Amino acid sequence: MSSEAVIDVSGLTKRFGTKTVVDHVDLTVPRGAIYGFLGPNGSGKTTTIRMVCGLLRPDAGSGQVLGYDVVKDSAHIKARTGYMTQKFSLYEDLSIAENLSFVARLFDVKDRARRVEEAIEDLGLTARARQLAGTLSGGWKQRVALAACMIHDPDLLLLDEPTAGVDPKARRDFWDQIRRYAARGVTTLVSTHYMDEAVQCDSIAYIAYGKKLIDAPTRDIPRAVGLSAYEVTADDLDGAAETLRAREGAELVARFGQSLHVAGTDKARLDAALRSIAAMPGFTATPIEAGLEEAFIHLMSQSADNMA
Amino acid sequence: MSGRIPFSLSRVAAVFVKELVQMRRDRLTFAILFAMPLVQLLLFGYAINTDPRHMPTVVEAREDGPMTRALLASMHASTYFEIVKVTTRAGEGEEMLRAGETNFVVTVPEGFERRFVRGERPQLLIAADATDPIAAGGAIGALPQIAATAFAPFLEGTLSGLAAGPPPYEIVAQRLYNPAGETAFNIVPGLLGVILTMTMVMITSIALTREMERGTMETMLATPLKPTEVMLGKTTPYIFIGAGQTALVLGMGAWLFGIPFTGSLAAMLTGTGVFVLACLMLGYLISTVAKTQMQAMQMTFFVFLPSILLSGFMFPFAAMPRWAQGIGEALPITHFLRIVRETMLKGAGFEAIAGDLWPLGIILAVLTGLALLRFRRTLD
Repeated sequence: MSSEAVIDVSGLTKRFGTKTVVDHVDLTVPRGAIYGFLGPNGSGKTTTIRMVCGLLRPDAGSGQVLGYDVVKDSAHIKARTGYMTQKFSLYEDLSIAENLSFVARLFDVKDRARRVEEAIEDLGLTARARQLAGTLSGGWKQRVALAACMIHDPDLLLLDEPTAGVDPKARRDFWDQIRRYAARGVTTLVSTHYMDEAVQCDSIAYIAYGKKLIDAPTRDIPRAVGLSAYEVTADDLDGAAETLRAREGAELVARFGQSLHVAGTDKARLDAALRSIAAMPGFTATPIEAGLEEAFIHLMSQSADNMA
Repeated sequence: MSGRIPFSLSRVAAVFVKELVQMRRDRLTFAILFAMPLVQLLLFGYAINTDPRHMPTVVEAREDGPMTRALLASMHASTYFEIVKVTTRAGEGEEMLRAGETNFVVTVPEGFERRFVRGERPQLLIAADATDPIAAGGAIGALPQIAATAFAPFLEGTLSGLAAGPPPYEIVAQRLYNPAGETAFNIVPGLLGVILTMTMVMITSIALTREMERGTMETMLATPLKPTEVMLGKTTPYIFIGAGQTALVLGMGAWLFGIPFTGSLAAMLTGTGVFVLACLMLGYLISTVAKTQMQAMQMTFFVFLPSILLSGFMFPFAAMPRWAQGIGEALPITHFLRIVRETMLKGAGFEAIAGDLWPLGIILAVLTGLALLRFRRTLD
C-alpha cells in the first residue's frame, strides 16, 4: 500500500539542558517518498533525524517508524534503516571494501562477500576497492557512505546533509541514485541546505528554532510561504537593490541576471517599497508567480543560524 | 614595507588566555593535574616505605623463658617485625611462610637459654620469604642489633664474662624461595604485571573514545549492535596480545635471568588470564567515562601509579599502612603479583592461589558490570 506511512511520529521533543532543540515536531512520511528537511544551521534537523533512528532518546513524543515504536523498539528500527551522518563517519584507516564489509557484518547481511562486491561494482570502484577510505575525495566519500548505508537493503534512508561540500556534478549523480532507490520503494528523509536538493524532494518540511513551520508537497511550498513577487529592472540595479533592502516590505531582494526578483509576504508593504524607487531611471516592475526558488531563498534568509 | 613584524605581547596574551580558558573547561585534566601530585605525595609520604617495617612475622618459640620474652619485646620495639603469631609447633611457621601469611619465621630452639648461659653459642634461626629480596633484607640486617639489645641485660653479673668477644649466640638467616637474593626473580614476574597493566588498560581505554572522536561511534550506534557485542568485539583481540606478552616476558625471564618455574603452569596461566581480562575491562570502563583520548590516557596513568606503588611491585606490601593495603587489594595487579610469585617461585598450585584468584574474579565482574552500565547506547 503506497499510502502507508513509514514515519509517523508526533510531538517529538528534545532538550539539551534548558534549551529545547526540537519542539513538538510531527512528521508523516509516506512509503517511497523523498522527504526534504529544510532549515538553517542549528534548527534541529540533525537532532530530529537522530531521534527517528533511535540515536537520541526523545524527551517527549511518540509514534512509529517502520511500524515500530520510535522510543522502545529502536533496535528494530535501526535494523531496517540506513543512516548517513553529516560528517563522514566510516573508518578512514579501512579500505572501501573493509568498511562495507564491516557494516554488512553489523547488519548480518546474508551472502556478505557478494553483496559487498556488488556494492563496489555499483559504485564503479572495483579497481579501488582496496584504497583507504580516508584518501577518497569528498564526492567519493559520500558515495561510499551511501553504499554503506544501503548495504543491508533498508526500507528507510535517513540522510543528514548528504552532499554538504560536494560539487554540483557529484551531487546530481548522488540524487539520481536516491531517485532509483525511491523508485524501488525506499523511503528517504533528507536534510539539506541546498536549493537544488530541495527541488528533488516530493515534500518539504521547514524547521526553524526546533519548530516545524511549513510541511507541504514541494510544488505547494511557494503558496504555503505566501509570497507576492515582482521582477524589477532599473538602470542602476545595485542602487535599486540597496534601497529596496532598506525597506521592510521587500523581504527578499535577489538578483537574477539583469533583473531583480523582489518578494514579500505582505503585498501592500511590498508595493509601497516598490513605489519608493519608481522614479529611478529605467524602472519597471512586473508581477511574477513566486517560485520555489524565491520561497527557498526567503525561508533560508528569514531566520539566521539558530545557535542562540 | 616588508620589515619584520615585531614581537607582540598581545599575541602571547591571546594564546595564554585561550590556554587558561581551555584548561578550565577541561575539568578532568584540571582535576588530574592537582590530584596527581596529591596522590603521589600521600603515597610516598605515608604508604611507601623504602625501609620496610612492620613485616608480618611468626615466632616459633620452643621454650618460653625470660630470654625468649626479651627477644619478642625487642623485636616488637624495633618496629621491623610485626609478630602475628607465637607458636610452639615446629613447622607451622614454614607453612604460613609458604602460604604468604607471613614474611619471616624466627625460631628460638629448645634449650636456647640453657646453652646460652653455658656459653655454647646456640643458634637463633630466621627464615625469610626472599621472593622480594629487598623486603627481606632490611629486617634480616636488623636482627643482630635487635638480639643484642634483647640479651644485653642478661650479660651483667654472673654472665658478664660472655659480654666480651663474639655474641654468645649465632644468628642463622635462611632466604627461602630465592636463596641467592636475586632481585631479578622478584622484578621479572612483577614487570610482567606492570607491562600487562600498562598496555592492556591503555589500549582499551581509547577503544570507545577514539570512535567518539572520529565520529565513527555514530555509525556503530546506528546499527543493531548491542553493548555486550561492542565490548566483546573490542576487547577480545587484546587477549591474544596479552598472551603474547606473557610468553615473551616469561621466556626472556627464564632465558636471560634463569628464573625457575617451580609451580603449576595451569594455575599461573589461569591467574594471568583472569588478570588480563580484568585489565581489559578496567581500560574499557575508562573508555566509557573519558570524553577524549587525552582524558583516557590521563586516567590510565592515574590507575598506573598506584599499580606500581601499592601493589607490592616496588615496595613490600606488608610494610604499608592498612588504608594503602586496602587500595592495593582493589588493584588487579596486586593479586596477579602474588599469584605469579607463588606459582613461579614457591611451587604453588591452584589451592595456594585461590585466595587471590577469587578477588581477581570479583574485580573482573565489578569492572565488567560497571562498563556495561556506563555504555551509552545513544548519543545523549
